[in-house]
Amino acid sequence: MRAVRLSAVTAAATAAALAAVTGCTEKSDATADDGTITVVAKDDSCEVSKKEFPAGHVRLSVENRGSKVTEVYILYPDDRIVTERENIGPGTKASLTAEIKAGDYEIACKPGMVGDGIRRQVKATGGAAGVKRSPEMDAAVAAYRQYVQAQADATLPKVKVFTDAVRAGDIEAAKKAYAESRIGWERTEPVAESFGDIDPKVDVREDGLEAGQDPAKDWTGWHRLEKALWKDKKIGEREKQLADTLDKDLADWVKRVGKAEITPTSMANGAKELLDEVATGKVTGEEERYSHTDLVDFKANVEGAQKSFDLLKPVATKNDPKLVAELEKQFAALNTLLDKYRTDKSSYVFTSYEKVGKPERKELSDGVNALAEPLSKLSAAVVK
Amino acid sequence: MPEETQEPQEPQGSAPVAQEAQESAPAAGETQESAPAAGETQESAPAAGETQESAPAAGEAQESAPAAGAAAPSRRTVIALGGAGLALGAAVAGGAAALLARDGDTPVPVADSGAAVPFHGPHQAGIATAVQDRLHFAAFDVTTTDRAELVQLLKDWTRAAERMTAGAEVGEGAYGGLPEAPPDDTGEALGLKPSRLTLTIGFGPSLFDGRFGLKNKQPGALVELPKFPGDNLDPARSGGDLCVQACADDPQVAVHAIRNLARIGFGKVAVRWSQLGFGKTSSTTPDAQTPRNLFGFKDGTRNIAGTDTEGLARHVWVSGKDAEGPAAWMDGGSYLVARRIRMNVETWDRTPLAEQEDIFGRDKREGAPVGKAKEHDEPFLKAMKPDSHVRLAHPDTNAGATLLRRGYSFTDGTDGLGRLEAGLFFLAYQKDVRTGFIPVQTSLARADVLNEYIQHVGSALFAIPPGVRDKGDWWGRALFS
Repeated sequence: MRAVRLSAVTAAATAAALAAVTGCTEKSDATADDGTITVVAKDDSCEVSKKEFPAGHVRLSVENRGSKVTEVYILYPDDRIVTERENIGPGTKASLTAEIKAGDYEIACKPGMVGDGIRRQVKATGGAAGVKRSPEMDAAVAAYRQYVQAQADATLPKVKVFTDAVRAGDIEAAKKAYAESRIGWERTEPVAESFGDIDPKVDVREDGLEAGQDPAKDWTGWHRLEKALWKDKKIGEREKQLADTLDKDLADWVKRVGKAEITPTSMANGAKELLDEVATGKVTGEEERYSHTDLVDFKANVEGAQKSFDLLKPVATKNDPKLVAELEKQFAALNTLLDKYRTDKSSYVFTSYEKVGKPERKELSDGVNALAEPLSKLSAAVVK
Repeated sequence: MPEETQEPQEPQGSAPVAQEAQESAPAAGETQESAPAAGETQESAPAAGETQESAPAAGEAQESAPAAGAAAPSRRTVIALGGAGLALGAAVAGGAAALLARDGDTPVPVADSGAAVPFHGPHQAGIATAVQDRLHFAAFDVTTTDRAELVQLLKDWTRAAERMTAGAEVGEGAYGGLPEAPPDDTGEALGLKPSRLTLTIGFGPSLFDGRFGLKNKQPGALVELPKFPGDNLDPARSGGDLCVQACADDPQVAVHAIRNLARIGFGKVAVRWSQLGFGKTSSTTPDAQTPRNLFGFKDGTRNIAGTDTEGLARHVWVSGKDAEGPAAWMDGGSYLVARRIRMNVETWDRTPLAEQEDIFGRDKREGAPVGKAKEHDEPFLKAMKPDSHVRLAHPDTNAGATLLRRGYSFTDGTDGLGRLEAGLFFLAYQKDVRTGFIPVQTSLARADVLNEYIQHVGSALFAIPPGVRDKGDWWGRALFS
């Protein structure tokens, strides 16, 4: 999880502030006709300046003339999201950009940010030799959706082994079940994070709490229990309650995973984000600072990234075979490096990160950089 | 700081009292017309007793005339004009070459701090080039075992270096590309001038360990440095298969360059260590003001001038019989010693002035050697204490060993004990370390009374290949072909 997470309220306020700032700067260049599509959003209408535009790089300039905060989407006909911009305050302007292939789309304004919104049919014409969205991409998204759901489904029973041990007051059993209970979550974390509210409940670290939040009351989830087990070495009533809460929050996650918005680029960038998680939290040993099971999370993050990559490979290979070859090589290299820290390749018992020395951590960090840098180019290879 | 001010935007020249004369002269980014004015300034300066420094500096301002007239372009301008930056660099070279009749390693005049230094030439830029204000130095381990991959990286780096030293962005730039993908260039140098950025590559002894089939090409001069008494070297700040020295007048430009090269290199190389430097401690324009180190002393007065073709040929550039056999690929190259020297500034600051001056063998105000009046007066070594720094470092004490120094001060915050984590990042170029750095450092490490206040904590040696000749050439071609 990210070190600092905005609460929903702060995030909305920040976004509104940003939107306001953007609104000011946007005014100056709104006059030039550079192919920008103007969208005027009101409480009961969504006026689009062009119904047809050439495929390629598309820019929407949105002005909210309504009284409610709104959001604007570009959608595929099946409701999948091409791009979106939330929290556009009344009287402010904002812009969205997207790389769009030829085909039919909808632009939606959502006054009050609820419901299906007000839809406008639009069409991207010509461009890219009339390339349509490929069935391969749709297949990749569908398969990834299944993967995410399967990971979530498989996580619940493993979490229950962990939380049952906590409820039974069995510290040793709980410690044993802890890391394993997190694997499915770690493999699919960018999807979980896309909901915004679940991640802070289940995966926040103590330093992720905001000023004014009380660790005793407001800190929930895996890492709170990790601290109880490894640092405080005791399970009390509060911990047992927290085990129940964790079950409940993760059950909510499992229910919502199926509705997550997934696109080929979000899969590609999600893969890169998993490596970012490794680079910022695992390599440093911050994530599992009490249990030192960082390498388990590390492995799970890499596996999740590799899943996205494998599913996107048919598309990416067509556009950038060199990149695909490089990624295969770097995934293999990083996996080989990780295997040094476990005796049995079928198990998730890894060396405690406490025992991984500085030069070895540097080696792991170099391996992550070697993979993450080309992985950041995967989304371009997918949309090209 | 008491150095040549190099802010072309501020031709008024700031001027802390005694230095206003010489500062106003080289500061002149837009001054070619006012060069005579600068001349007047120096004439009015003799009272300051430092005239000899300001006069040649003004000369440099004149040399910069052809380029300065255009004023250095911003990075965006360079891109918009498409290659105009390179053309401008050529103008600088052409103008200066006409005046100096130099052989391609033409230094860009100090005054022209926003300009681009030509990347191509028989020698790499960043050695004889007038020392810039800022440094970002990085040593890399090669992580790939594939020779072809390493060669490709060197080609990719060369192309990126050509662009960045001209003030252009890497690859397809910092914006305007696919919104779903990260841009090629990281963008923090957008809008900044080329800032005399130079990028200089080197190959460490460890690159010749057999991984890349280079064993029989390791020059005899690319030795492992011996252990000197008092060394306390941190392996994590020493060695490296490759190095890149980025020097620029703007720290952001230097850091941007290393960051983008590191990014291009991920998967093939990994950063082993790096060092930022903020104040040059020596100058390759020794006629100008000699900068001071963090002990407050001028050190390096006798540095080889970037314009001293003969001195460079004798002491710096590898050629002739030194470029035969395994070292044939080094023709036109040099050897770089990098040492991270920690300075105990707190204890130094408690040292009486007389003792400080005895330790260096120079006076603090003027930098004059013991018994002399002016910094550049020929030192009389016997008048100095036998363990004084200047006496022990002087070529006459070391069988004529002469180094081209372009070190920088560094301050990496505080060390956890409340002491300034500071010192000198010593960089010295020479044609052979066995007759250059090693004898000098041997005599210093043994007896230098300065050792009480300093400690060598990092060390590396690199073979610096010759320059990239043109657009088809690349860093290390002679070694790998």
